[in-house]
Amino acid sequence: MNDGRLKAVLRALTGVVLLVVYVPLLLVMVNSFNVDRTFTWPPPRLTLHWWNVAAHSSGARHALLVSVEVALLATAIALTLGTLAGLALRRTRFFGRNVVSLLIILPIALPGIVTGIALNNAFRTMLGLELGFLTIVVAHATFCIVTVFNNVQARLQRLAPSLEQASADLGAGPFTTFRLVTFPMLRSALLAGGLLAFGLSFDEIVVTTFTAGPTEQTLPIWIFQNLFRPNQAPVVNVVAAVLVLLSAIPIYLAQRLSGDVVSGAAGAH
Amino acid sequence: MTSSAAQTLAGATGPRRGSLLSRSGGLRTGLLLLPPMLWLGVAYLAALGALLVTSLWSQNDFTGDIERIWTFDNYRQLWDIPVYRTIAFRTIGIAALVTVIDALLAFPVALYMAKVASPRGRRLLVIAVLMPLWASYLVKAYAWRGMFSEGGLIDWVGKPFGIHSPGYGLVATTITLAYLWLPYMILPIYAGLERVPDSLFEASGDLGAGAWTTLRRVVLPMAFPAVVAGSIFTFSLSLGDYIAVTIVGGAGQLIGTVVYANVGTANNLPFAAAFATVPVVVMLVYLAAARRTGALESL
Amino acid sequence: MTSKRRKIRPLGALLGVAALALVAGCGTSGGSSNTAGTPGGQGFTPPDIPMQQSMGKLEGSVNILAWPGYAEDGSNDPKVDWVTPFEKETGCQAHVKYFPTSDDAVSLMKTGDYDVVSASGDASLRLIAGGDVAPVNTSLIKDYSQIEPFLKDRSWNSVDGQMYGVPHGWGANLLMYRTDQVSPAPTSWGAVFTDASQYKGKVTAYDSPIYIADAALYLMKTKPDLGIKNPYALDQTQLDAAVSLLKEQRQNISEYWSDYLKEVQAFKTGDSVIGTTWEIIQQTAAGENVPVKAILPSEGATGWSDTWMIAAHAQHPNCAYAWMSYITEPKPQSEVAQYFGEAPANGQACQLTGTAFCKAYHVTDQAFANKIWYWTTPISQCLDGRTDTTCTDYGQWTQAWTEIKG
Repeated sequence: MNDGRLKAVLRALTGVVLLVVYVPLLLVMVNSFNVDRTFTWPPPRLTLHWWNVAAHSSGARHALLVSVEVALLATAIALTLGTLAGLALRRTRFFGRNVVSLLIILPIALPGIVTGIALNNAFRTMLGLELGFLTIVVAHATFCIVTVFNNVQARLQRLAPSLEQASADLGAGPFTTFRLVTFPMLRSALLAGGLLAFGLSFDEIVVTTFTAGPTEQTLPIWIFQNLFRPNQAPVVNVVAAVLVLLSAIPIYLAQRLSGDVVSGAAGAH
Repeated sequence: MTSSAAQTLAGATGPRRGSLLSRSGGLRTGLLLLPPMLWLGVAYLAALGALLVTSLWSQNDFTGDIERIWTFDNYRQLWDIPVYRTIAFRTIGIAALVTVIDALLAFPVALYMAKVASPRGRRLLVIAVLMPLWASYLVKAYAWRGMFSEGGLIDWVGKPFGIHSPGYGLVATTITLAYLWLPYMILPIYAGLERVPDSLFEASGDLGAGAWTTLRRVVLPMAFPAVVAGSIFTFSLSLGDYIAVTIVGGAGQLIGTVVYANVGTANNLPFAAAFATVPVVVMLVYLAAARRTGALESL
Repeated sequence: MTSKRRKIRPLGALLGVAALALVAGCGTSGGSSNTAGTPGGQGFTPPDIPMQQSMGKLEGSVNILAWPGYAEDGSNDPKVDWVTPFEKETGCQAHVKYFPTSDDAVSLMKTGDYDVVSASGDASLRLIAGGDVAPVNTSLIKDYSQIEPFLKDRSWNSVDGQMYGVPHGWGANLLMYRTDQVSPAPTSWGAVFTDASQYKGKVTAYDSPIYIADAALYLMKTKPDLGIKNPYALDQTQLDAAVSLLKEQRQNISEYWSDYLKEVQAFKTGDSVIGTTWEIIQQTAAGENVPVKAILPSEGATGWSDTWMIAAHAQHPNCAYAWMSYITEPKPQSEVAQYFGEAPANGQACQLTGTAFCKAYHVTDQAFANKIWYWTTPISQCLDGRTDTTCTDYGQWTQAWTEIKG
């Protein structure tokens, strides 16, 4: 890539795209100070009122907590199942391999509304479960497995098996080998997959709409319920603004923990 | 670690020597696979199957109770009433358009990130692309509602240039969806391009190819599976969306809105399930096609 | 329009666990004084669900399904809170879920997870017929006697004189317009139907199949040949006429609204300048200095009358009764009415809201209330008492609505 003109074109295009990406987010920021309750443009006056109201909104805080709990649990399940599946398919070329990867990809590849009504129907009418915290976790874990699986699989593909073989030759059992050899090599891939899974679960609304019961509210559901109420919509903007700012933390942490995460988070390579 | 040398090496060494682990390979694979397959089989496949079965039942219109009588009426209705076909094609068209727009926008950004930016700049760019994913989907959609409105940001900025907001409708829906799913396209392409070794560019250059030729003959073919991988996200996410279109879509309807209306409004799960098989079939065909490009491995 | 629905109905009724038994003796009006808004009889026998006879021990918790604004617990705005006093008074921890439309309410109620619901008339009959809600023992409701008589024993909240809920509040679907862009000031719904092309791309309408009744109401007054007697009782020809009117209107629609923020926004920015509205939307918009006015057009209007209903298999029946009793007391009634912007069912609330409010919302104004055709679920048996024909039901309306939107 030595052509200066091509580089300049790419730089310019990247700049324009990022500008377009950030304009709506800036708009959200500005609107969180907009005195107008229906955020018309340009804002007639600015106020800190909504930030004050949001700070006292126990509903938003509670929903945030639920979202974090759901995302953590779903991520934990996805990490376990995704790693197992990734290890299982390692270097095996058995006939069902494609079927297994298809099955893992399916929950994310099929439209959320299909996954949502299918799970809703299954939980309620087939299993007779009451919708609530647990059903959200199960639903989220189901479509989160794929992110972990992809990262683990990609990482395993480029690792030479010699280290594990050496470990085995030295008399270590499979669990010891996993703990001392395989896991450390997988760590950054797991981090990347886990981060994506967490993010996926955290902002999910469609499947959640169909699997959340009466007593639990994740943050996106809270936002949805409050966006269509004139007095609440500006508060939602504040919450969104806070979320964007907070999102830098996990991404930054992940970067510090492992330089490889970035390329990993980018989709498993 | 990211060099292709390690990768080739790994491929070359392969499971040559029978280790303790791979000797009992079949059993090991089976044991490892059991929990995830059990989970997906029970929690997901069974649910999908049940949905399919439900689509063959009917519903009492007034009480909304499902009546377990086998019938193809839901599918016949989908076929016979033209409005559903229009909606299905409209949705697929929008999903395809969103995917193309995202691929066109994402490619230069991903290429710049992977091959031009400094390592530090690359990190910042990845953060910049990831951050919007954390702002709530709904809030972003409402932000676009504000931008498209009469006298909104688009009108406000575009006024001196004579540009007018397209207003709420399918155009606004397409733009909003493309915006929402853009990071899902950038990241896989970036990852795919990052794998392309720099030496390949140099080789292409040494052979006398200009930058544009290299781009066309070397980079594009190598990035193609990654583009397809990203398109699975953008296409399927657009195919099933029903929230963005109610926010910026004006009076427009997509498959998602009709399915949602039939689950919620009409409380007609059998018909909703029947209509939901349309995106399922479309996605299965899409996945089958994507598999041939090797995109599923680079998802 | 569709052959399918017709074909399965008899089968469904035969098998019907909770299906409609189409009773021959129709027109059995449930003891209600016959005002404009009263469709004839109920024409169906609800499943036999026992009524609670006395209050038992409070369960300590209750799941409430409510229109947004009907059960505020202060979690969004500490100043807006009538759920916490209820929790303190009864020890019943309240879990509130809001639903955006009547139809969502029905499907959520069917999950069996909720104890009480604030059902509008287009949901209540479906819930009763589906066996999802139980008859209400009004003697267990403390202030039932204070509720405006014209809200009791109506076709959307009772069957054969048996109440299935406690009236909560009501309002009309009015015609709102931007005074600076719409002239002359409209007086008829014709402004959004036959004359809608004047405001091409700026007309808005409510996004629900039930909006078909608005078109039917207009046709009822302007096209007497069609013989529409009740906008919720349309035979196939009448429905087709309403649908074609709405398809015409569709050409001029900017967007259909279903949540009120969307409509306030659209009127504020001018994306919409005329269309149906609720009083609360008009007041919110006016509060934002949008030059809007809302009128009750000469044809009358459709409207809603909401009822608190108790689930047939409520897990917390006593707390549910405690809630229904509490929420219809004057104080919470006045709070809800002012926050939500509707007429409270309990007229005593006027002593707390002030008379100006009650006048604006016509709380005790029976004449006004009589001009409103309250949302009622259309069923295949004609609600206007016709026996020589079958009417179109809500399923057909839903399908028609999809086709209208196209």
